[in-house]
Amino acid sequence: MRFGIVVFPGSNCDQDCFYAVKDILNKEVKYLWHKEKYISDCDCIVLPGGFSYGDYLRAGAIAKFSPIMDSIRKFAQKGGVVIGICNGFQILLESGLLPGAMLRNDNMHFICKYVYTRIEDNDTIFTNLCKKKQVLKMPIAHNEGNYYIDNKGYEKLVANKQIVFRYCSKEGFTDDKCNPNGTLDNIAGIINKQGNVLGMMPHPERSVEPLLGSTDGLFIFNSIIKWARKKI
Amino acid sequence: MIKPKVYHTLGLNDREYSNIIDVLGREPSITELAMFSVEWSEHCGYTCSRKWLKILPKKGKYKSLIGEDAGGIIVGDLAIIFKMESHNHPSQIEPKQGAATGVGGIIRDIFTAGTRPIALLNSLRFGELSKSYNRYLLKGVVDGIQFYGNCLGVPTIGGDIYFDKTYNGNCLVNAMSIGVSKRDMLTKAQAAGIGNAIIYAGASTGRDGIGGCSILASKEFKENEEKRPAVQIGDPFTEKCLIEATLEALATGYIVGIKDMGAAGLTCCTSEMAYAGRSGIELDLTSVPRKDEGMEAWELMMSESQERILLCVKKGKEKKIQDIFLKWDLQAAVIGRVTGDKKLRISDNGKVVAEIEASALTNAPVYDMPHKKPEYLYSLNKLHLKEIPLPKDCNNVLLKLLSTPSICSKQWVYEQYDHMVQTNTVTLPGSDSAVVRLKGTNKAIAATTDCNSRYCYLNPYRGAQIAVAEAARNIVCSGAEPAAVTDCLNFGNPKNPDRFWEFKNCVEGIKDACKFFKLPVVSGNVSFYNESPHEAIYPTPTIGMIGVAKDVKKVCTQAFKKEKDVIIFLGGSDNELGASEYLKEIHNLVKGDAPKLDLRLEKAVQNTTYQAIRKGLVNSAHDCSEGGLTVCLAECCISNKENMIGAVIDNLNFNIRKDSVLFGESQSRIILSCEKKAVKEIRDIARKLHSPFRIIGRTTGEKLIILDGKNEIINLTLEELSREWLNRRF
Repeated sequence: MRFGIVVFPGSNCDQDCFYAVKDILNKEVKYLWHKEKYISDCDCIVLPGGFSYGDYLRAGAIAKFSPIMDSIRKFAQKGGVVIGICNGFQILLESGLLPGAMLRNDNMHFICKYVYTRIEDNDTIFTNLCKKKQVLKMPIAHNEGNYYIDNKGYEKLVANKQIVFRYCSKEGFTDDKCNPNGTLDNIAGIINKQGNVLGMMPHPERSVEPLLGSTDGLFIFNSIIKWARKKI
Repeated sequence: MIKPKVYHTLGLNDREYSNIIDVLGREPSITELAMFSVEWSEHCGYTCSRKWLKILPKKGKYKSLIGEDAGGIIVGDLAIIFKMESHNHPSQIEPKQGAATGVGGIIRDIFTAGTRPIALLNSLRFGELSKSYNRYLLKGVVDGIQFYGNCLGVPTIGGDIYFDKTYNGNCLVNAMSIGVSKRDMLTKAQAAGIGNAIIYAGASTGRDGIGGCSILASKEFKENEEKRPAVQIGDPFTEKCLIEATLEALATGYIVGIKDMGAAGLTCCTSEMAYAGRSGIELDLTSVPRKDEGMEAWELMMSESQERILLCVKKGKEKKIQDIFLKWDLQAAVIGRVTGDKKLRISDNGKVVAEIEASALTNAPVYDMPHKKPEYLYSLNKLHLKEIPLPKDCNNVLLKLLSTPSICSKQWVYEQYDHMVQTNTVTLPGSDSAVVRLKGTNKAIAATTDCNSRYCYLNPYRGAQIAVAEAARNIVCSGAEPAAVTDCLNFGNPKNPDRFWEFKNCVEGIKDACKFFKLPVVSGNVSFYNESPHEAIYPTPTIGMIGVAKDVKKVCTQAFKKEKDVIIFLGGSDNELGASEYLKEIHNLVKGDAPKLDLRLEKAVQNTTYQAIRKGLVNSAHDCSEGGLTVCLAECCISNKENMIGAVIDNLNFNIRKDSVLFGESQSRIILSCEKKAVKEIRDIARKLHSPFRIIGRTTGEKLIILDGKNEIINLTLEELSREWLNRRF
């Protein structure tokens, strides 16, 4: 099982993801420079958080033109596992690998804090170790996490069970009070129809050690690892 | 012949101009004049301050690194580099870009030393929030810091914010950064080795920020003056790429020296790198990447365009280094060579436009400024406590204090900063000092910024000592041992003897306190001319301090953790109210003397706390500062929103004025909480170290109750307390 972490100019959670996979999970990992055209020997591609290309124009809008995105598209089409975290989620939306778009947070500020998210679907590559409706504590840190999709698109998301995480209270209730950024229906993370591409705003790589206050991100990484083991 | 009007415009006076002629033995060219004007400014040359900065202590427990742009200490095989710098005037004019480029500048000082920036802090001062321009400044500055710092992926982990009318018309933005590397990766800001290449890397040069250091930073504000063109615009994305490219280039071993092109741009970089390497530099301006057309040589030499660095690279390895920058889509141009004649020879279009000994530029004149104690202090320092009425309802006083902008929770601010990126932040913002672990070790670094400028106004010497003592207290409360200091000295016009007296006394206060605590001052920055058209700011010698926690698992925070814990009070309260937040907010008085400070008592209290935390005996530790003991206790109760815990305090000593006990700001006081079984051991430590020790109550319930005998003088629910504390009035 090997993870590949894409480095765009301006990515700034690439090293955190690398550390989480290598030092905490003891799994193989390598960096993938955004100008590389081919992906080889990776089982899971991570699009990390940060400000690819400074988030100029729109978060993720320029990164989608990076040479590596073509091969990531092909990788995903063949069923390869891709996870986009924060800016990575934004890039997946901009490049059409996931439906919908991100708006500015409704308070028009960057928000960095711990939030709770509820697992809406534990039957995915990324959540198979979670219990139904389990609440995970992970931090968010973003300017644009206000997910939007039109009515038709939203109905499809619901029908296909593509909503994986919703912001919730500590006890697991989803209401406006625990919606940090105005996102539609408290959506914090979604998956593509085929189930192999996930985008999420909370940072699992920041929640893998008790020392830092939460280990709930391990559920995500370990789910992927478990899935890969079964596959092999 | 250069007309006086020209050099006056550049910020030079007649005496300095004739000095330049003496040094050169001839009239300077326009380019040379421009170079002298920036290098000899107070901002770059420390002309007024240097004499006094020399007295600051340089040695501490850890080996200190002093002499480069940023200083630091050696901890094991790691170098910890840090520095604080002001960006006051740019922020007052254009808050977002002023603050953003302040962050950018300090970060460049850190990574050009060869270390990766791991943390940012900010010490901010604004005028009263009742004025709309001050609210605009606060929002703009916070926005600038988040805009730049978040994009870089360097966590902003702490700092402090105060509001006072003294800053109406001149806000303060002091940015601090910390970097870490293996000690053998450190680089010097030097150019050496004849024939080695001088490479310019990063953004292009434009007309932005010309004279930023000489005209903007070295003069006070006058009414209706337009200075906006002297403020630079920040591009954090370029800076992020510059960080990665620079650290990658450094790993090749082909780099002889690097320096950030900050204040005074190319002039400062070339002269100081040549001087440090005992070499000369030949520069061809034709190869300098530029974004504006038709720039003159003097403009290129003075420009303070952002996100640029200068490297000295081994001959023959130019291409290898250029390729690394190219990989990050950054330009890197060879613009000169190192020579052996110790001169800067600058040519443009094949013509030599400047030829100066590097040392002539770097050895700016040193002035011995006159100083005298301001007359008004003699009456201001007199405070008759008898004339101050005792409060009838202490609950109201506490709620009022908790809600003042200087004391209330700064959550609204720090939630806009990414304070967790790099996954090292062990103690998040909102405690006495933030803590970041050092990956690959068991250790962590605690960092804080502190300065109560009202204390410094009423007593500069003691106020500055208190700034050092309080910073150390904050570090200790987080479970670390104070290790080293950077200072950012913000003052008014140094040519005014009253102001310079404040400066001199503050520096002496820092010196004596640091000597006592064995803390080296490894880096710093002086910012004079912080004056509005009406008045100077209070003297504000901001102290940035780092501490080392030997065991990252044994750090401590300020919030009470458990019910039925014992609350211990280390220290004592004096009958003093001078300079307090209470006096200002409740009685509308800025008067009296700064609180007393006994450094030996301070040390005893701090060591007791540190040892008790190290032994794992303590559940929470918090120091008493603005608002006194009661505000401190309230903060212990409500700091952790998800687990607020009340307290009953029934054993305070009320043999002095009630308001002194509750709201006075006596120094050297720390509140601990611990389990019952740990009390004896903590008491033993206190006794051994001669620290006062008193059990004053216990954690319990959903209220903060303080009793004087059977009298409940404070009785408030946690809900009431946190509503005021969290309810921002910005």
